[in-house]
Amino acid sequence: MKSELKKHIVKGPDGFEFEVDPLRDYYCEAAPTVMPPAYLKIVENFLNWARAQSLWILGFGTGCGAIEMRPLMTPRFDAYRYGVQWRPTPRQANLFIISGYLSVKTLKRVIRSYEQMQNPKYVIGLGSCTLNGGMYWDSYNTIKCLDDYLPVDLYIAGCMPRPEALLAGFEDLKKLIRAGKAEGANQYAEHFDWYKANQKRVIHDWDMPDYNW
Amino acid sequence: MSFDWMKIPYALLTLFIIINFGYLQNALIQKIAARVGRRYGIPVWQNYFDVIKNYGQRSSITHGVMYYLGPVFRLTGGVGLLLFVPSIYGSEVFSNFSFAGDLILALYFIFFGTLGMALGAAESGHPYSAIGITRGLSQVTAAELPLALAVFSVALQYQTLSITEIVAAQQGSVLNWTLFTNPLAVAAAMLSFLGSMMRPPFDVVLAPQEIPIGPPTEYHSSYLALMQTNRAIFPVAKIVIYMALFFGGAASWPVFFLKVFLIYLWSAFVGVVFPRFRVEQSIRWFMIWAVPLGVLSVVVV
Repeated sequence: MKSELKKHIVKGPDGFEFEVDPLRDYYCEAAPTVMPPAYLKIVENFLNWARAQSLWILGFGTGCGAIEMRPLMTPRFDAYRYGVQWRPTPRQANLFIISGYLSVKTLKRVIRSYEQMQNPKYVIGLGSCTLNGGMYWDSYNTIKCLDDYLPVDLYIAGCMPRPEALLAGFEDLKKLIRAGKAEGANQYAEHFDWYKANQKRVIHDWDMPDYNW
Repeated sequence: MSFDWMKIPYALLTLFIIINFGYLQNALIQKIAARVGRRYGIPVWQNYFDVIKNYGQRSSITHGVMYYLGPVFRLTGGVGLLLFVPSIYGSEVFSNFSFAGDLILALYFIFFGTLGMALGAAESGHPYSAIGITRGLSQVTAAELPLALAVFSVALQYQTLSITEIVAAQQGSVLNWTLFTNPLAVAAAMLSFLGSMMRPPFDVVLAPQEIPIGPPTEYHSSYLALMQTNRAIFPVAKIVIYMALFFGGAASWPVFFLKVFLIYLWSAFVGVVFPRFRVEQSIRWFMIWAVPLGVLSVVVV
């Protein structure tokens, strides 16, 4: 664990000294809880309808597939007309695209970003690397099956899938959301221990709290 | 003094019309900007989906009391600005809660939301929020100066602080508009207008590619939805003041919609033509080009 994450004494600007335990004081460690859908079915259907039309992608390119997302913002493919937008912060986004291979080092950041997103949230695995490792199947530092670490709603296979495939994938995700089948956030909360155990098995220098919102 | 209770449902009706108009207009302006970039752009009803989705997010976290109050203050700024200014000139129903000194109150409300946002975003503790707030406050202050000078100039010109009376003085002919009777003040105010619409070249406050999104970095779910609601109300409320002071006000809703849209289009037009200013450049720009015009307009009047 890094030295700045251990308990240490901090001297404030007024000369007052106090002890700080970064992992406890700076983060909330409360585990995620299952958030039930709205009580009335009609309300939940209405919300799902709105959610399906408003996919906000977290602008975090994790692998080489990120290069397939740029053309979606430009005139040729223009995903904005389908209600797909890019948001710069995990707090405001509700769709996380794991774009291609995921190294163990990036997985750490991915987990933290995913946990900061608000329920309901969706994950798309882009490219064969997220399915079975793809061309990195025997690499020592990439993960092979994304499903073991995060609840994935949809895979778009290919190496790399073209932007058209991504657009088709968004349409499929919309159908899942409308049908109320995209409950990845609740699945993550329900099987939290299993996911954490899997994550800790590959991340050896685990220097963050178990859960940070 | 007796209070007419019917004013409250009337004001809510105004609010309802303005919110819907605001959502559609924002989407339309975004669409226009997208068409300039040869994109098709978002659907015109996209803002409704976004807001419903954000209100419907199941979880949200908080950073403290001020964090809650930030979006609330911001919305108060927008709604307050709208409700203390007459929307439609000569209409009993849509004159809202306007009174003799509403011009001063309006000037205050324009600033109110930014201050509330500063307090709220500061409590979220995110460094990008702090940077965004610093930039936002300095830029809005610089942009507010020429507007304040222009408003003083107009108030001196018509010898009143009531927006209704200022609109009344501009009726009759297009040539009676402040645009023609006091062009210097209008020029200063329209330059200041660019600075507060969060569009390029003055959008360094949000700067999505640079400091993720500035002040609202940590805001999400219903907090963000509140701010989006304000995003629909506030520009329209602000433009209503511009319209009333400089462009003869509006006597009916169609005229209102047209004038508000055209005034908004001015900032969108400048926005798609010019790239983003850094914050010190924009402050210098306001000080060199807009403030002298404002001072001159006060001197000439």
